[in-house]
Formats: sequence, structure tokens, C-alpha cells
Amino acid sequence: MPRDTEQSPPAAVLNEQPAVVGDRLLAVANGEDIPSEVHHRVREETPVLEIDRFNLWYGSKQAVHAISMPIPHNQVTALVGPSGCGKSTLLRSVNRLNDLVQNVRITGDMRLNGDSIYDPRMDVIDLRKRMGMVFQKPNPFPMSIYENVVYALRIDGERNRGVLDEVCEVSLRGAALWDEVKDRLHDSALGLSGGQQQRLCIARAIAAEPEVLLLDEPCSALDPIATGKVEDLIQELRGRYSVLMVTHNMQQASRASDYTAFMYLGRLIEYGPTSDIFTKPILQETESYVTGRFG
Amino acid sequence: MTRHIERQLAQLKERILRIGTLVEEAIAKSITALINRDTNLAQRVTANDVEIDRMEVEVEEECLKILALYQPVAADLRLVVSVLKINNDLERIGDLAKNIAKRVSQLAQAGVVELPDEIRTMATLAQEMVRESLEAVVNGDPALARRVREEDDAVDESRQRVRKMVLAGIKAEPERVESLLRINSVSKHIERIADMATNIAEDVIYMVEGDIVRHRAGDA
Repeated sequence: MPRDTEQSPPAAVLNEQPAVVGDRLLAVANGEDIPSEVHHRVREETPVLEIDRFNLWYGSKQAVHAISMPIPHNQVTALVGPSGCGKSTLLRSVNRLNDLVQNVRITGDMRLNGDSIYDPRMDVIDLRKRMGMVFQKPNPFPMSIYENVVYALRIDGERNRGVLDEVCEVSLRGAALWDEVKDRLHDSALGLSGGQQQRLCIARAIAAEPEVLLLDEPCSALDPIATGKVEDLIQELRGRYSVLMVTHNMQQASRASDYTAFMYLGRLIEYGPTSDIFTKPILQETESYVTGRFG
Repeated sequence: MTRHIERQLAQLKERILRIGTLVEEAIAKSITALINRDTNLAQRVTANDVEIDRMEVEVEEECLKILALYQPVAADLRLVVSVLKINNDLERIGDLAKNIAKRVSQLAQAGVVELPDEIRTMATLAQEMVRESLEAVVNGDPALARRVREEDDAVDESRQRVRKMVLAGIKAEPERVESLLRINSVSKHIERIADMATNIAEDVIYMVEGDIVRHRAGDA
């Protein structure tokens, strides 16, 4: 593989094995812009969220480079890539969590069902109500299981007990947790196991009927059995919710998602149906990553 | 972990090629035995088939182990799946060579029967196809694999000519019907060998390009 030794590539790339790092990745490492390989089936889907030439800088360091990608409606989309590839940054940009970070600058836009997310007139609180987010570590509120689930409705002023009860049951059923907790809805959520807590967080997120559900490595703090249950749940959500998920676990992406996007150093490299990405990706670079040759 | 799966895959490739070598030998010997009416050589083909069968089981176990332990994806997955299928096809070719070898002693017992030249032509073509398909496996060469697919037509045509010759022979000399039917069945076996070589070639195309071209005529 030709390599320009005078222009030393970033340390991240020096650590890779040159024999398997494709030309595109080398180009990316040298700061060149490369086109994303987006499979046509992605474009045939109706998007719930459109990421449009989105750039993000932390201070002077650019973390996301000109990413354009539609996120399909009622499907599960997984973002994969080595650490530091910008996948979490991209996910957190969807509900503008990066607004809370100092020195962040962005250009480009994202549109949720057509509404500009970065429009200066957009009310961030309203925006966040339209999305659910679940983080790596389960973060149930220190209150009962019931109150956790109906929290969003409560702060919206819903008082009708019948409505709250119904939303609680539907959401817990939706999160495949109902049977395990129906007899102790008023016990503290902190008494649940890690896997149950994470499913409770998903129940809490779907109770607000989000337009898109953002999952940031939802299983990385869970044991294999709890992981299996959350993955089953993600598959159950398919067809009813639009899910955008960041995962480090390649098998999780392959098991639980419909579409997979491979990112590298802030760029979108390849994006297509999960079954294609894991059996016959278009790019050699994607092949090397999903087969574990680097990253 | 990555290094480890790569070692396993390399070993798997080596093993499938070893079977390929044995199978090529089996075809060559069975054809030579047929042409020279060498029943001893024919018996050796039958005896050696046990080794091919044993190795086939080993390769299959190895593939299952890799699938279970490493859960390969993309090119690695395609390699393991292709090897599973190629393994099966090679074992079948071994059986077909054995079947041809069995006919040698039967033909020898039946007295002097001349072997149509067309059988030799077929055998040469089929052997060439097997050799090329294995070369395509080794080099991951889809262009060569596509050539193998095309060559199958010539073998099929040759097989039809043998069939017609056999039918005409039976009509002309009904007392030779048994020997002629054996010749017919040899030609059938050779045709099947060529079909298996075609399957292997198609698996190579899948292995390299990820496209299943089986049942698609004229895929160039």
C-alpha cells in the first residue's frame, strides 16, 4: 500500500495495520474529503430524520465532517465505528445535547419530520420532547417504577389517573417489562436489576411517543442475558418506532438493526441495509472493520 | 482474536485444497483405469475414497467450529459458507470417481468393449474444469470461475453425443446392451463431475463478490 511517509498520518492511523486499511481510510486520515457510500435501499425509505451536511467542531477540532444521511422511519439504524469516530457526537447532536458543551460549533442541519433542528427559533425543550434518549448506564429516577414511566406525562400536566395507568401499562408492555413488574409498580425503580432498569428507561422514553428514539450504547453496561433482552426489545420496537442507536458491539448491530452506518474519524464511510453491510459491504474499508481487521 | 480467526481461515483453505488434490487424483486415476482397463488402479480409487470422506467430515466440523466460535461476517462468513459447500461438492466428485472406477471392473468382466473417443474428450474437459475451479478457489479468481461455468456446456453436449452413440449401439447390437449402458453411466458420472466443478466455480463467485449466480444463465 502506498503511503506518504513525509506527511505522517495521525497517530490513530499509525496504530492500524496498513495492509488492511483501505485507501479511503488513509485519505480520511490525511484530512481529505471522501464521498459516503450510501446504498440505494436507504434512500428508498421514508426518512424520519434527515442529517444534512452536518459538521461539528469541538473548539478547533472537527469531530463530524459533512455527514448527510437519512434515518428511515420506523426502522432501527445502528451507528458503528471505532472509538472517536464521532458516532456518539452525532447521536447527541440530534437532540442538541451538544448545546451544553462549551466551544461547540456546528454547520449544516438536521430535520426531524421536516422541521429544522438547528433553526434558531426551535425551542430545544419542545424538540427534546419529540425524542427519547437512553444512555449507556441505566438512569431511572429515584422514584417508583410507575412514576418513572409516566414522568413525561406528569410534567406535561397530565392528571387523569386512567390515562396515566394506561400509558404506564402500554409502555411497560412495549418495553417487554410489564410481566416482570406489574405486581410492584409502586416499588422503587432502583430495586430493579440493571437490565430491567434499562428496559424501564426505554419504557419511559416511549411513553412520550417520541418521533425518534436515540439509544447510546444501550447495552454496554449490561450482562449478556440482560443485553439479549434489550436487543429483543429493540427488535420489537422496529416497525413501531424509529430508532437511532450507537453501538460498539458489532454483533449487536447485526442482530438488532435494519440499517447500519459505518463511521470513521468523523466521516460516514458506508451506510446500507444491515444484512448487506455484514455479508457483502461495497467497500473494502467496511469489510475490514466489520470483520475485525482493525478498529 | 483477529489474528486467531485469520489463522483458522488459512488452515481451512489449506484443508479444502488438500481434499481438492485428492479428488483430482481420484478422477485422473479412475479415467486412466477406465481407458487402460486397469482394475487394480480402479480398486485403489475406491479404497482412497475413504480418506476423502474422512477429510470432508473434518472440514465440515472445522467450519461449524469457526461459525460457532468466531461468528464471522462479510468476506470471512462468505469464505466459511463457500468452503462448506465446496467441501460437499468435492466429496461428491470423489464418489463419482469411485462410481466410474466400479464400472471399470464390470466393463472388464464383460469382455472387450471399445470406449468411445467422446468419453475421453468429456473426461479431459471435466478434469480441466475441476482443476480450474480449484485454481479459482486458491486465487479467489471469479474470472476463471466464470470460464468454468461456460465450459460446462461443452461437456453437456459431449454427454448427449455419447447418449446417442449408446442408443444407436443398442439398436445395432442388442447383445452388447449391458456394456453400452455402463458406458452411458460413465458418461453420466463425468457429466456430473463437470456440474460439481460448475457449482464450485459459482461458490467462488459468491465467495469473492457476494453474489449468488446459481440458476442464472449467461451471467458474465
